[in-house]
Amino acid sequence: MFDWLFRYANPARFMGLSGALLPWLVAATVLTIGTGLYLGFSTPPDYQQGHTVLIMFVHVPAASMATIVYFSLAMASLFSLINRHILADVAARTAAPIGAVFTLLALATGSLWGKPMWGTWWEWDGRMTSTLVQFFLYLGYSALWNAIEDETRAARICAILALVGAVNIPIIKFSVDWWATLHQGESIVSGQVAPVFLAPLLTMMGGYFLLFLMLWLVRIRTMILERRARSLMVGVET
Amino acid sequence: MSPFSALLARDLRLTVREGGGVGLALGFFALVATLVPLGVGPDMVVLAKVGAGILWVGAALAALLSLDRLFQADYEDGSLDLIALSPLSLEGAAAAKMLAHWLATGLPLTLLSPLLSVFFDLPAPATAMLAASLLLGTPAVSAAGAIGASLTLSLRRGGLILPLIVLPLLTPAVIFGTGMVVEVQTGLATGALGFLAAFSLVTVLLSPFVAAMAVRLNLAG
Repeated sequence: MFDWLFRYANPARFMGLSGALLPWLVAATVLTIGTGLYLGFSTPPDYQQGHTVLIMFVHVPAASMATIVYFSLAMASLFSLINRHILADVAARTAAPIGAVFTLLALATGSLWGKPMWGTWWEWDGRMTSTLVQFFLYLGYSALWNAIEDETRAARICAILALVGAVNIPIIKFSVDWWATLHQGESIVSGQVAPVFLAPLLTMMGGYFLLFLMLWLVRIRTMILERRARSLMVGVET
Repeated sequence: MSPFSALLARDLRLTVREGGGVGLALGFFALVATLVPLGVGPDMVVLAKVGAGILWVGAALAALLSLDRLFQADYEDGSLDLIALSPLSLEGAAAAKMLAHWLATGLPLTLLSPLLSVFFDLPAPATAMLAASLLLGTPAVSAAGAIGASLTLSLRRGGLILPLIVLPLLTPAVIFGTGMVVEVQTGLATGALGFLAAFSLVTVLLSPFVAAMAVRLNLAG
């Protein structure tokens, strides 16, 4: 089932493919986010929220990426534990800081949106609290990675932590949702977003996703090159 | 004596004889309960409202204090290799260590909680419910903590990273544990007991397997 994937798990082959893909990915990201921003700024002010509705176009995609990146990290960790492949190790490790930044962006923009709409920078509500906890999970994951010197061992051990976190995130989300809630519920799939706002929102979500893929590829490539450089240095010394 | 109870007895003996293993956690718990009213102010109405939450957080933190040595001490002096070679599976060993940790911290903390809830003017039903929720929830603290301890067992500064990775996992325990007490205080049924029991059960059941896996990886590396 994953044969095609493993064919590109060879670092040399991966470097070739990702190198060819990267310029296109950069172009697609810039184009999609550019279009999304243009569409977003040309929407009429919301009848209730005025121009602050524009925050939605940077906030909602960041919040959904916070979860999507964690899912990618957990999948990479699973491959890292089962297949013990260096590319999966690197992919999991490099996804964490990107996810942490998306999470922080979601929290910050949400706070900026909350002030004019709800009259508060912060509210101990389910969505916000679970996003904050997720941010701490990213931090803990990265801290553990940095603390273990042996890279292969760090990859396996952090993979366990990532999977424990993956099991726990739904439980945490569910428990804090049950606890207190102000944030609005799911609105996109259930069709509660006006079409005029939906088009730029979906474009921005696509743009953020492409941005993640692009940054992820760049980070994985950098780390593979770093490892190669290090092994070359070791070769010189001995 | 079965290998399980032998390991359990050894760990408990070590905790008691090492000097203050149990007492330190209790002292920390009592100090948290003392410092918070000093910071919040002596308004008993406010303290009664926040008391259950403070005591729950204090108990969770106190239980974490001794967790970083759960596997680390045995890893450093080589006993963990011997335990791995013993007839007891690593899963069983992890469960024994977890149980020892709970008997040495979770249980005494639970027993101390009724005394400390006097500081917060909690009425008798709320005090009883707090003790019940700690009795039910602290095994999950020891279990989630054991996962963290097994992941960080080879680290020199593991004690600093451990809370960072374990505390986020404990949010459900704190929410539902406090929720049980709030239920008594407000009279609104929310089903916190069921949720806490489910969380505790799942964590305690899965934790030995995860911890054993992490120990194996650390011993192999």
